[in-house]
Amino acid sequence: MSESKTIAVAMSGGVDSSTAAAILARGSACADNSKNAVVGLTLQLWDQMRLAGTHGIPDAPKAGRCCSLDDVYDARRVAEHLEIPYYVVNQEERFERDVVRPFVDEYLAGRTPIPCSHCNNHIKFDQLLKTARSIGAERIATGHYAVNEFDEKRGRWILKRPADRAKDQTYFLFGLTQDQLARTLFPLGQMTKPEVRDAARKYGLMLAEKPDSQEICFVPGGDYKRFIEAYLEEQGEAAPEMAGELVAPTGEVIGQHTGIHNFTVGQRKGLGVSSAAPLYVINIDPASHRVTVGADAELATRSLRARQLNWISIPDLTEPTRVKAKIRHRHEPAWATLEPSGADEAMATFDEPQRAVTPGQGAVFYDGDEVVGGGWIV
Amino acid sequence: MRRVYCDANATTPLLPEVMEAMRPYWMEEFGNASSIHLHGQKARKAVDHARETLAKFFGCREAEVVFNSGGTEGDNTAIFGLVRAGDHFITTSIEHSAVLRAADRVAARGVDVTFVEPRKDGLIDPEEIRRAIRPATQAGGRTLISVMLANNETGVLQSVEEIGKIAAESGAFFHIDAVQGAGKIAFDVRRFGCHLCSISAHKMHGPKGVGAMYVRRGTPVEPLMVGGSHERRQRAGTENVPGIVGLGKAAELSMESLEDGTMARVARLRNRLEAGILEIPGTGVNGTGESRTANTTNIHFENAEGEALVIALDLKGVAVSGGSACHSGSTEPSHVLMAMGLDKNAARASLRFSLLKTVTDEDVNHVLHVVPQAVEHLRALAPETAGTSR
Repeated sequence: MSESKTIAVAMSGGVDSSTAAAILARGSACADNSKNAVVGLTLQLWDQMRLAGTHGIPDAPKAGRCCSLDDVYDARRVAEHLEIPYYVVNQEERFERDVVRPFVDEYLAGRTPIPCSHCNNHIKFDQLLKTARSIGAERIATGHYAVNEFDEKRGRWILKRPADRAKDQTYFLFGLTQDQLARTLFPLGQMTKPEVRDAARKYGLMLAEKPDSQEICFVPGGDYKRFIEAYLEEQGEAAPEMAGELVAPTGEVIGQHTGIHNFTVGQRKGLGVSSAAPLYVINIDPASHRVTVGADAELATRSLRARQLNWISIPDLTEPTRVKAKIRHRHEPAWATLEPSGADEAMATFDEPQRAVTPGQGAVFYDGDEVVGGGWIV
Repeated sequence: MRRVYCDANATTPLLPEVMEAMRPYWMEEFGNASSIHLHGQKARKAVDHARETLAKFFGCREAEVVFNSGGTEGDNTAIFGLVRAGDHFITTSIEHSAVLRAADRVAARGVDVTFVEPRKDGLIDPEEIRRAIRPATQAGGRTLISVMLANNETGVLQSVEEIGKIAAESGAFFHIDAVQGAGKIAFDVRRFGCHLCSISAHKMHGPKGVGAMYVRRGTPVEPLMVGGSHERRQRAGTENVPGIVGLGKAAELSMESLEDGTMARVARLRNRLEAGILEIPGTGVNGTGESRTANTTNIHFENAEGEALVIALDLKGVAVSGGSACHSGSTEPSHVLMAMGLDKNAARASLRFSLLKTVTDEDVNHVLHVVPQAVEHLRALAPETAGTSR
């Protein structure tokens, strides 16, 4: 077994990454009929007991969340079953610096972050890849639902939507560089979730029926407001004064709120004001702490600007390009014209106005199944 | 692939003689040592024989040997069994977590706890222990001092004899966590001047899950486990007869190793290994040079991440350790190295090599072949990550 064939699989203890590991360790042989040498790695990212018992965060973390001891146990059991070497790698400091802290800061600045994308960009496909290469694995594999192919004509690695559209995770992967794509395998890209569970059963993985995790891994119970308050208290930082006015689109003050971090654009519940027609958060102004609320129709936006761009299927954006733009995880991509609008900035103008364009979320641009690239909505 | 095990301070394999000594006590001689009948008598005889060996090993009377489950139990028993609210417990910041976490617990129960810091070379200055003792406590409650004989991560040997004298002068009780020193240096609890001394079988080629504690006659240590009247009422629970037999054999063999030149050979190979690794640029030894256990060296690699290096070496057949395992199994920077003044990155960039007494020249050759390559590969990939200089 030559070193260059060693593949490090990122194992979270869930069905997807466990099955990805099984496919590589047990499944199809390489072109030359040699087996892959597979090493399992679990990233220890966050101590789930760290904020336990403060601000109403439960004492005992439940399973199905990254880095809970149960999940590390599950990942290790799978590695034992597959008879592959397995290690837990501590990335807690990096994770806090590059994912958790920015997550808190984004909310405090009135934006709505996607920590999973930050984690992919800074931890999984950066630090994990470095660790993998340090230990002699030139490639990594993950359990993401995405397809990754090299296109000879363009001389570029192309990221594409997977067979299982409902599980498509390309939205979270728009930050991958060409070098990262060249070194990454997505063994589940051509499979549907039911097929993955079938494969898990076939390989004898005892976690084949384990439920999917949905929430943000480091936020217990999904209550990010409590998490932010507990985190700031632990850091010895006074929560910044974030209370302010709730205003109508006309500027009329219609109420007060206790903090802009409690709001996200498009939010309907928990506004604290009553009205004949349903009200939604339309805008959050971090400077004045003013939260504008209005009717659903006012949420519609014709265009967006994105920064910190990363291009995948094209070397750079130089001219107006027709794309379908996706502005949040569950958003159905909508036709737009994409054009450069400044240094490291692009503007997408939608054919039809889109609801709740939210600063802090990713904007990912598609050409058919291909990811053209993406950036962060400002 | 050739595999070389350089993690003897984590655990050691049974020597064949130990395995053979234990063999009859699983099935044939299975008796309970407390039973009156012949089965019990055979088990009792085996335990008594091991006790005689351990008494020689410690340099104490047979009645002063208490068998238990290992180092953690010994450390816990010394601390929980001796100090109460209002007492003073003096220990060091470089102890094993079996002492440190027990210290945290008694502190929460009202015991006054002092952690003495080591010098940069990893040595605890006995005068710092003396300064920590409080006259007021001497008059009233108890003072317990607990210091390790040899540090598990650096191998640095502490000046236990001097600390023993200080304890005697001040009327303090003195416990030695000798888990890492046992079998590696000459042993004499009278010379050490301690009241209590804990050892573990599996660090000296004995079985896991068994250990022993020297308890000086008259030391008022309360048992951790209560129940039957085993071990002179000092440790309840049916004796682990095969384990105790294995410990006895391991102790006997380790006394021979100190006499027959084995440990001198280990020291020579450790020195060769260390010198070879130090030829890699940007490396240095953590912990004092001379006063160390023969098998251990702790080396700092600039611009290398210890955790990745441990994995890379493992995949190339060299088993070493870096830092201490945290709850999930990943590594946290060593509290020992940080107490010695290394920053987090430097502590993370340090590896412990601890050799078995069966180590050979070929083993050392293999390690010296693999380590420089792995370090170079790591540094070439990520010059910017971790491991800044000290």
